[in-house]
Parts: sequence; C-alpha cells; structure tokens
Amino acid sequence: MTLDTVKHAEQTPEVEQPWKELGLKEDEYARVREILGRRPTGAELAMYSVMWSEHCSYKSSKVHLRQFGEKAPRSDAMLVGIGENAGVVDVGEGYAVTFKVESHNHPSYVEPYQGAATGVGGIVRDIIAMGARPVAVVDPLRMGAADHPDTKRVLPGVVAGIGGYGNSLGLPNIGGELVFDACYQGNPLVNAGAVGVMRHEDIHLAKASGAGNKVILYGARTGGDGIGGASILASETFDATKPSKRPAVQVGDPFQEKLLIECTLEAFAEKLVVGIQDLGAAGLSCATSELASNGSGGMRVELDDVPLRDSTLSPEEILMSESQERMCAVVEPDKVERFLAICEKWDVIATVIGEVTDGDRLEIFWHGEMIVDVDPRTVAHEGPVYERPYARPSWQDTLQADDAGRLPRPEGGDELREQVIEVLGSPNLASKAWVTDQYDRFVQGNTVLAQPEDSGMIRVSEESGLGVAIATDGNGRYAKLDPYTGAQLALAEAYRNVAAGGARPLAVSDCLNFGSPEDPDVMWQFVEAVRGLADGCQVLGTPVTGGNVSLYNQTGEAAIHPTPVVAVLGVIDDVARRTPIAFADEGHLLYLLGETREEFGGSAWSQVVHDHLGGLPPAVDLERERLLGEILISASRDGMVDAAHDLSDGGLIAAVTESCLRGGHGARLVVPDGLSAFTFLLSESAGRAIVAVPRSEELRFTDMCGARGLPATRIGVVDGEALEVQGEFTIPLDELRDIHESAIPGLLG
Amino acid sequence: MTARIGVVTFPGTLDDRDSQRAVRVAGAEAVPLWHRDKDLKQVDAVVLPGGFSYGDYLRAGAISRFSPVMESVIEQARAGMPVLGICNGFQVLTEAHLLPGAMLRNTALHFVCRDQRLRVESTATDWTADFTPGQEISVPLKNIDGRYTADERTLDELEAEGRVAFRYASGGPARDGYGNPNGSQRDIAGITNAAGNVVGLMPHPEHAVEPLIGTGRTDGLGLFTSVLKKLVSA
Repeated sequence: MTLDTVKHAEQTPEVEQPWKELGLKEDEYARVREILGRRPTGAELAMYSVMWSEHCSYKSSKVHLRQFGEKAPRSDAMLVGIGENAGVVDVGEGYAVTFKVESHNHPSYVEPYQGAATGVGGIVRDIIAMGARPVAVVDPLRMGAADHPDTKRVLPGVVAGIGGYGNSLGLPNIGGELVFDACYQGNPLVNAGAVGVMRHEDIHLAKASGAGNKVILYGARTGGDGIGGASILASETFDATKPSKRPAVQVGDPFQEKLLIECTLEAFAEKLVVGIQDLGAAGLSCATSELASNGSGGMRVELDDVPLRDSTLSPEEILMSESQERMCAVVEPDKVERFLAICEKWDVIATVIGEVTDGDRLEIFWHGEMIVDVDPRTVAHEGPVYERPYARPSWQDTLQADDAGRLPRPEGGDELREQVIEVLGSPNLASKAWVTDQYDRFVQGNTVLAQPEDSGMIRVSEESGLGVAIATDGNGRYAKLDPYTGAQLALAEAYRNVAAGGARPLAVSDCLNFGSPEDPDVMWQFVEAVRGLADGCQVLGTPVTGGNVSLYNQTGEAAIHPTPVVAVLGVIDDVARRTPIAFADEGHLLYLLGETREEFGGSAWSQVVHDHLGGLPPAVDLERERLLGEILISASRDGMVDAAHDLSDGGLIAAVTESCLRGGHGARLVVPDGLSAFTFLLSESAGRAIVAVPRSEELRFTDMCGARGLPATRIGVVDGEALEVQGEFTIPLDELRDIHESAIPGLLG
Repeated sequence: MTARIGVVTFPGTLDDRDSQRAVRVAGAEAVPLWHRDKDLKQVDAVVLPGGFSYGDYLRAGAISRFSPVMESVIEQARAGMPVLGICNGFQVLTEAHLLPGAMLRNTALHFVCRDQRLRVESTATDWTADFTPGQEISVPLKNIDGRYTADERTLDELEAEGRVAFRYASGGPARDGYGNPNGSQRDIAGITNAAGNVVGLMPHPEHAVEPLIGTGRTDGLGLFTSVLKKLVSA
C-alpha cells in the first residue's frame, strides 16, 4: 500500500476517503479540503475527524458556552479561566487550586470498569498538566433504575473502576453523588472531578513556544486501544444495530499514571517544562495540534519515534490512539537531558518526538515522508461551529401543568410515617456507603471532610490550616421540569453544600450531560441550562472556570433528563473551623434556616410515593442563597453552630435523618406554626439548611440571623434515641439506621 | 537528639508522605529512602508504607521485595533494627520472609475502606510498647488484598509465641468498625517476628495521628511513639 503522503494527496485529488466512517459530515469534509487546498492525507483526515468531533470541538455547544465568559462575575481569585486544561483559582497564602469535572459516560456503559477507571485517569492528567499535585477526586454518578438487572452490571463495575484506579493513584475520593433514575438506563452518567493544589508560580499552560525546543512524549507506549473513542463513541447516539464499540474504550494502568504524576511534578519543580499537554481524547492529534496552536511557532514531529506497543500500527492509528497515561512536554534543548533523567528515575519511558519550529505549520513525518502539513489552529481551534436549531418542546407546558401539589398527601401521622420511611429507604436517599467504602478517603492524610458530609474538604497547608472544599450536585428531574431553574438549583445546592461546611464558595466547574443536540427539544434544554447557570454564577459571584459538555446521552429517541452537574469549589482559612453534618451533642437546638413553601415538583416524595414527575421545580432565589451562605460561613468561623446540613432532595426529614445517624443521636422536632407536618418534612424548597446550635450560642446566632434578615425557625432539639416529630410519629434510631443503610446493599450486595 | 526514621518509597507507594508526617508528629525525624538506593542513610528504624508498589502486579509486594533498598532493610531487620510494614509494606515483609504468611484477596472481593477497631494483642514489640495489652484502638483500614493467611502450624506458633500484634476487634456492630473486614485467619490484623523488632499490619496507623484529619482519632500515633521511646532511651 502506498503511503498517503502530502505529495501523494496533492497528486490524487479524486481518491475516495472514509470521512463518513470517521464521523465527519459531508460539509465538514469539504471544509477540510478547502482549508488545505487539496484533499487531506489519511493522517490529516484522522486528525481533523477526531478534533472536529463533538467531544473535542464543542461544535454544538460553543456558541452558548461563551456566556460563561461574557457573564462571568469579576473575581480576583481567577488565575486561569476557561480554555486551558482546567481553571485555576487563587486560594490565598500563595496557593492556587485547579479543579474540573468531566464525563466518561459512553465508555462506562460499554465497559464499566475501564470506562470509569480511565475517566479518573483523564481528569487527573488535566490537573497535573496545569502544574498541580492532585489532592482529591469526586465522582458524580447517575445510573438506571436501582432494581434494573443492567444496573447490577454497570454500577459495581463503575465503582470498582473508580476505586481500582483512584485508590491506586493515592487520591482520596471525598465526594460525589449516586442517583438512580430509569432515564439513565441506557446512558448512565459517569462524571469525574479532580482537585489539584500548587503554588502560584507553578502554573503551567499547554503551549509550545521557542523554536528549537524539544517535544517529548512520555508515559505509556502507544497502542491500538481507544482509537476513535472521542469521535465515534462520545459523539454519537447509541444504536443497537451498529457493531460493538468495545474496542473504542481505552484500558487504564493506574500504576503508570502514578509514576507519571510523580515524574511530572518533579520536572515542574526543577523548572524544566515550557509547555505541557496530557494525551486524552484524540491522543497525539490533540496534544500536538493544541500545543502548536497555543504557542508562537509551528511544530515538527517524527511519528516513527513514538514508542509503540504494537509495531503494526499505521500512522493514522498512532495519531488517533487514545492509549492512556501519556503526556507531552515542551522542553528547552539544554534541559532535555535532565528531563529524561527524571523520567528514567521513575521508570517512565520518555522520547523526543519532535521540536518547535519557527514556522506556523504542524508537520508530521513518517518514514521520512511528510504525511501531515496543516495549520494547527484549523485542527484545534477553528473547527466547525453550529447554531443548532432549538425550540421549547411541545410537551413542556403539559409537563409543567401536571402539578405535583395535586398529588394525594398522607393523612395522619401513621401514613406520614409510612411515606417518610418509604422516601428515606429509597435508593436515591439511602446511604451510599456501599459505594464510598470502596474508595480510599484517607490517603495523603489531609482529608478533613468526606462523604457523606455536605462537601469534601482537604487541608492545603499544615502550617496555617488553609483548606479547600468541593461539592458536586445536579438534579435531572428538576432540570427536566425547567432546565433554566434546574441548572440554577444545581448551582445553588453545590454552593450551599460548600458553605454549610464553613468554606467560602469561589468558583464553578460543570459537566453538562444532555441528549442529542440534533434534537431541537434537547438543544433547547441545553441552551436554557447554560443560560441559567451563567446567570446564576453572575449573581453568586462564582465564575465558571471550565468544564465539559457530554451530548448524545441518548438511546434511540429517548434522551436522558437534562443533567447539568455543577461543582463548586470553596476555600476555608482554617479547617479547624469546619462544620460537619453530625448531631454530635444532646441538647443542641435545631434551627431551620430559610423559608419552606409547598414545593413538591420533581421531589423525591413525588417520585418515590407517586412515581410522578410534573409541575415546576422549587423556586430559586440566589440572593437568598448568598445570604444563607454568608450566615453559614460566619456561624462556622465563629463557632456558633456545631452541625450544619443543607436541605435538598428528600427535604428536611432526609437531612435530619442523615445528621442524626452520623452523630448517633436522635432529635425531637416540632412542626412550626403555619406549616403542615407533610410540607415541613418533605417539601424541597431551596435556600434552606438546618443547624445545631449549642444553647450558649443561641442568642448570638439568632441575633445574627435577625440582623441579616434570614428567617431562622427553632424546630427542635438533639435528644434521645429516636427521631420524633411531635404529634405525628416516632422512629427509633435503630430502625432509621436499618432503613438508611440496608437499601443499597440489598439491591447490589 | 531524636531518632531518624526512614520511610521507603517504591514506585507506586502512596502513603510515604503520610508516614513521614506521622513520624514527625511523633517527634522523630523522617528520612525519605528510595527503592533503588541500598543506602539507609544511618536511620534508626524503617517504615515500609502502604500503596500499590509496582501496581501490585504479579502479587502485592512481590516485586518490591527484590529492590536494592530491601537488601539493606532485610539485613538490618535481621540485625535488630525496628521495621514497620503498613498494608503494602506488610505484604512486602511477608514476601521478604521477614514475617510469615501472606495476604489474599478480601472475602468481599472488593476494596474495603473503613474505620477499623483493633485490639492490641502484644505490647512486647518495638512498635506497640506504648499501648496496654488488650487496648482497643480505631484506625483506618483500606485494602483489597488484606486477608491474612498462613498454614495452621504457623498460626499456632504465632499464637503460642504471642506474636499476634493486632487483631480485628469483635464485640460491637460493623458500623462502628468492629468485626473481621476481610476474612483474615483468626482475625489477625498484624503480627511481629520473634524478636519483636519487625511488625506488619494491614490497617493504617499513619492515617490516625491528627485530631482533625481522617477519622479524627490519634490512636495510630502509639506505634510511632513506641519506637521513638525505644530508640531515644537506647
């Protein structure tokens, strides 16, 4: 077979090319030809096809994501914003924190263990590429119905994969979510977040500058795994009639990644690196074109020098391979020797594969012949941009008119007790220990808070106690009812969770999981959610620093609920001042902060008791969220509260239950005037939290709430061995614990 | 003058920084040791920390056992230097035949992370003298290959010679960390050699040395203060 060189491509314009099989549309292929002024070579076609895929190019979402930048609130904390591998935020004392959430949805459905494992691997490399030491991971998961047989295949595999990879890297897993809903049956969502810490001066960016600087590929050898992962797997709807996509999933090796972390950080510490990029989706195609595109010069790469696992790989396959645990660094010539020595110290294979040139082309050679000659910007940044048509779905009004407030409510204390137990024992509200006990939450010795706390919190400085907190939240049911509000509710919940632990929210990352953008209904959901999130961040003063969009979460005609998952990062001056969720001491007074309204649309109660989804989600008042956050942070810092827990799905009863069980103490609750017991316990009004206040602090605390205008209602006391709602029902702690802890093991164990 | 305690880093070691911190919190000087380097840098004791050295490939601890640093550790351990193996470090010690037995996959077949109740069975070792016999402590446990296994004769010998250092404590509910988490024979969580200078255990005392961090307990500190007292008084 003739090698398809640039020269050959010029001479054979009429050759049929498999652009369709590689996922390009006809007009996209025509555009490639127009850019090059000839047909692309096979290698160029491979590069364009992966880099112009939905997954890599954000072609459907780009025009909307701009709002995150345009509406971003001014924040002095922002050091690196959208567009880099991950955003970077100043947390004080010279420390900076980088964090990001990403999806690995499609691979995890096809091959749960490896899909989830490599999801962790990819997000961690993004963090290292910024110059930071990874310090924690979180994993928001959404699965099909808990009792569906396929959930038993996917979930244990996903959990084992996340644990198998993350545990072996030595990264504490401190948070995340697990939500079950039939809408995710054919499209489970496996999102992965990571947090990294560095000094300000250590921030690194993905750019190749300085003619003559060497391009070094290091880490694992390149194999045939994951070819087309981004373009074929993550950018198309699943279809039962097509052949298996199993080979498109990558296989991870956490041991190799651990070595990669250590040797990269050591090279950073010795200031050996000019620019760096990890190899994730689209592999070398992405790394070389992005590095060259972001830098000042061009790049020349000798593909023959890439270490291979399989010597029969074609140049196209080498460029497209998504073999894991690889990174690409740009290093000045006189530092190459030292860089290679560090790699050798960590038993990491490192090879110079090219250099930065003073031109503006990315040129790739194979067996001495040029097979790629492109302007790297056209590959990496100037891909197609679509203004996909969108329209409010015809069914949206009917859905919203189906008010959950009209559902039959429990009559009397006994029926209320029954329904409360049903809700607390439902898989979405039950204890997730079966999952989280398979993750190492202790490693690195800086974990201050971890699941089931409201947020995960990590100590950054042993000297000062400076720490960071992260929480991720999302509620597809709310977003289905109203995507704009749903996105803001996700933001508000994550914000509240961070504040409840005592940390000040600083910045946001998001993972936007939706169905096919080619469906105007789905596209409308996406547009609304992005607008809601961007508007919300503006009010809360927390800029979006980066994130990820996952589209085509759809099997046939059925799309998932629109599921924006929002991560909020916060900072706390001294982790000794953190506030846990546990009711640790008898006699502490329970206060409900915020207002409770009759809001049941999308609620856990409507789902569990009535299998209903309709009406409107809870109303959002972001100014109120901000005030609540300030009160929670002040109370935490000044030692006015002993416990705090945000109220979200499952309402007050779910939060009180978790706090009681965590602390091993019961509580006596009194239904406040003007509320029915049912609404008090099960409404999901936003902007609320419960706090446990020592009696000695009561006056100071209520004065503060009064002065700031935050409603604070005394609702009971931490007491005894049962959860009692006066005049309604009592549930002994042991029974409560059994309900809470046995549900998930019963389904999966 | 304080003691110098070395902490070995193999490729894939994860808890080396944590172990160094525990050594410092106890009041000793932590000295990083590198797997390729035979030089123990005149340390007075050595900790082999947890992790997945060499990715646990082949068998946990099987490759690390042959690293250059282990030649010196084995030699010094036989000469009486205090050596503590935690989790993967325990696995390395059994592979190196400094301690008997082996670790198999947990009976649940998956990774287990929890606060674990232990009973200190022997205080006649360099690493447990600060505890009282029968004392119950709580430290994190986190592993996938933690099921201690040996033949009956070895187990009988360990028992008869008082060489079971830690046992998984019973007497309370699993949610409070009681019970055998991985199917270890005779509930064994940690053992010592006959001389009492080499101790290995699966749970992680180095994760329980600060009141704010992890479980919020400092029960693990006793292992490090035990050895420090012995070294300083020597």
